[in-house]
Formats: sequence, C-alpha cells, structure tokens
Amino acid sequence: MKYVALNDLHVSLGAKMIEFAGYNMPVLYNNLIQEHQAVRNSVGVFDVSHMGEFMLKGEKALELIQLVTSNDASKLTDGKVQYSCLPNDKGGIVDDLLVYRYSATEYYLVVNASNIEKDWNWISQHNTFGVEMTNMSDDLSLLAVQGPDAIKVIQKLTEVNLAPMEYYTFTSGTVAGCEDVIISNTGYTGSGGFELYVWNKDARKLWDALFEAGKEFGITPCGLGARDTLRLEKGFCLYGNDINDETSPIEAGLGWITKFTKPFINHEHHKAIKDNGATKKLVGFEMVERGIPRQHYTIKDAAGNIIGEVTSGTQSPTLNKGIGLGYVSAAHSKIDSEIFIEIRDKVIKAKVVKIPFL
Amino acid sequence: MNFPSNLYYTKDHEWVRVEGDVAYIGITDFAQKELGDIVYVDIPSKGKNIAQHEVFGTVEAVKTVSDLFMPLTGEVLELNAQLDGAPELVNSDPYGDGWMIKCSISNPSEIEGLMSAEAYQGLVH
Repeated sequence: MKYVALNDLHVSLGAKMIEFAGYNMPVLYNNLIQEHQAVRNSVGVFDVSHMGEFMLKGEKALELIQLVTSNDASKLTDGKVQYSCLPNDKGGIVDDLLVYRYSATEYYLVVNASNIEKDWNWISQHNTFGVEMTNMSDDLSLLAVQGPDAIKVIQKLTEVNLAPMEYYTFTSGTVAGCEDVIISNTGYTGSGGFELYVWNKDARKLWDALFEAGKEFGITPCGLGARDTLRLEKGFCLYGNDINDETSPIEAGLGWITKFTKPFINHEHHKAIKDNGATKKLVGFEMVERGIPRQHYTIKDAAGNIIGEVTSGTQSPTLNKGIGLGYVSAAHSKIDSEIFIEIRDKVIKAKVVKIPFL
Repeated sequence: MNFPSNLYYTKDHEWVRVEGDVAYIGITDFAQKELGDIVYVDIPSKGKNIAQHEVFGTVEAVKTVSDLFMPLTGEVLELNAQLDGAPELVNSDPYGDGWMIKCSISNPSEIEGLMSAEAYQGLVH
C-alpha cells in the first residue's frame, strides 16, 4: 500500500483510513454529513494526493494530447484547464482527466490514482512524437480547498490575486510561504474553491496554514466519503463507477468533451454512436418512493423488464432523498421517465431527472 | 463507548433486552459509530417468524448498507415507528429511542448463547 505525505497527520486527526486505489486514504474524519455541509456552506479541505500528475513536454506535446484525448486541447491557452477523457481502442474509456496547458510546449495531465500505471502505459504507447513524459505523482501533494469561503482562506495566504481567476484556469505562485504552488480553480464538489498542487515537502506547512487561516470560517477536514456525496449531487462521473473501459463518452453524457473537430483514438466509433443515437444512456434519477439506490442495483421498467443498472447512488445529504446515476435504455432516458430500482426484494419507484441534482 | 450490562449482545453487533417473554432488539453503540450517519432503517419483516441468525431488516448509512440479523428466533411483533421519520435516533440513542424491533422469544434457551456486555466489549476492543 502507498501512503500520502500527510498520512500520519490524518491518522492523528482521528480519520478513518481505508485502502483506496492502492493508497491509505482518509474516508471520514468525524461525520460525513457535517463534512459535506462544510463544503456546501463554508469550506472544507480534502487531501487527494493520491491523484496522478504527468508532465508532457516538447514541440509535439499537443499532437500527442490531441491523439489520446477526446476533447479539443487546441482550444486551450496558457493557464487554462480542460476536462477530457482517454478513449481506448475498444469503445470504452481508459480514464477521465484534466489537461493543464502551462505553455505551448508544456502540459500537465491529472489522472485518477487507480489508473496511473494504466494511463502512463497507454499514453507512452502512443508517444511516437518524441514528447518527454515525466510521472510526478509521487512528488506532489494535492489539497482541494472547496466551498464558498475557500477563496477567502487562500487569499489570506498568497499575494496572487484570486478573484479574477476564472473557473478552469490556474496559475503558480507562493502560498503560505510555499513556493511553486499550482493554484487551480477546479474541483470535484461543485461548490467552488481551488485545488493546490504542492511539493510533498511543503504539504504539512500548507495544510497547517490553511487550517489556521480558515479557523474563522470553520474550515473542516473532509474525507473521500463526503467527496463522493458532493460529486454525486452535482452529477459528476466517477471513473470505475459511471464510466469505465467499456462505456462510450457519448453514452455517459460526455459528448461535450468529445470533439470530432480532430481525429483521436477510436473517434469513428464514438462518432457513429453520436450520429446513430446511443442505445443506452447515463441518466440521473431520484427516488420517488423511500429507498437508497446503490451501485449495481438493477433498474427495471413498469412491466418488470430489466432496462439498466445503477452505477452510483447515495442518500443526498442536501436533498434528503435517494439519488443516483445509472445506464438505462434510450427509450427510458427522457426526463421524468418512470423507472424502478430493485432494492433487496422490492422494486422501488424512481424518476429520471436533470443533472446536476442541485 | 457505552455497553449497558443489562443487555445481551451478538457478534453481529445487535443488542437484546429481554422483558418477560418478549425481546427488544437494536444495534450497539459500536455499530452505529462504525456505520456513521444512519439515514434509513428498512424492516419489512413485521408479523413474520424469523429464525436466529436470519436477516430481519437492513440499516443504511449515507455510504453503506448493513443487514440486521435476528439474535433470537421469534416473531417480529412491533417496529419502532419513530425510526421512520428519525433514523438518526439509532446514532444518538442506540439502546433507548433507537431500538428497532420487539419480538417474541420462541426458544428461550437461545438466550444463553448470547454475549454479556463484558464479552462483547472484549470483542470490539
């Protein structure tokens, strides 16, 4: 098992640690609903240092990125970030990721911890462009400072002016005396805030400074449990649940990051799905009757026919009802479609709703 | 953590309070802490006879689902109706207002096989 730089700190804070993607990670510090609400209403901090970071450098870095990712990275300018995915050659997705453009010849890819090796091998295999690739995953920590008060907390610690920074942009600067921190206006909670990439040696200093500066806002350490309920309320896909090696980004509702303005690996396959219409689609649904949907539960129609499967589900702490994502046949994917979730021995009524849920 | 000495316990983290020929059943302080925020207690077994160790219901926290096992063979006579609107009572008062079912005791000799507070405490520490 691997350990993040702040492992001992999390243990000393009383976090419940679990193995996630091969890392010993804090899943919960004290109370999931409190952690969730801290992010929605004020500010919370997640240590997500398990995430992977690759640097791609060279004259042809963009060409390589255009080949392996589905979004159009030529639209990026310096300091911009793009959500994208790595299509495989079998119709599915190797991983979803963020692409950071530092300069025309230097990019950073941020990938899921569970896929670091798989992504590295996949991209390397297609690197016939002489692009210099560096895996920085073991050198960097990542603190996601999320929530409406995150900007106020971080602004106390840096001279970089954060207010003009738009969503999905980044810059680098000194934060809390730590140099070369990448300050990224991104996150996986839908409540605003920043993600701070910091060298491992500075992670503790940055964490302590954030909690000191955030005291007046009730800054709260948050675990992976709250991260999951927060992202699900916003309908963000989780790799391994909602998308995987077999799902098309078109079926997953990720058409907006699948651009046919340029060729990419297996683009013909996804273009055909788009043109012909997907036979199954990832939808958001909420429970109409009492029940909590969970991953792998069966989805049925009113006649009892199986029409799909739940890929993510939880009780929403904000809405106080069961919500989920799942693939259903296209005929049942329209908003307000009545569907049924098989929960233990019963079928419980639900309906397709717009995502985000809030 | 609190383990009242007047209760019996199981390795599945249920407690049993015997009152004459009926028993009240819930989950332990340890169990509620492990589960976290409980958001739904689903017990479809009212009026049914259920054998010892069989599932009588399910408790759901935000992130997890756990089955509830009968500590004793018996008929589920009554559910704690308060839990329908306030499942968090299981967190705040697991041995009191957070009780889950009242059942008959078909086989009183099964009580001897349950754990004492002391034995249970040894199990979870």
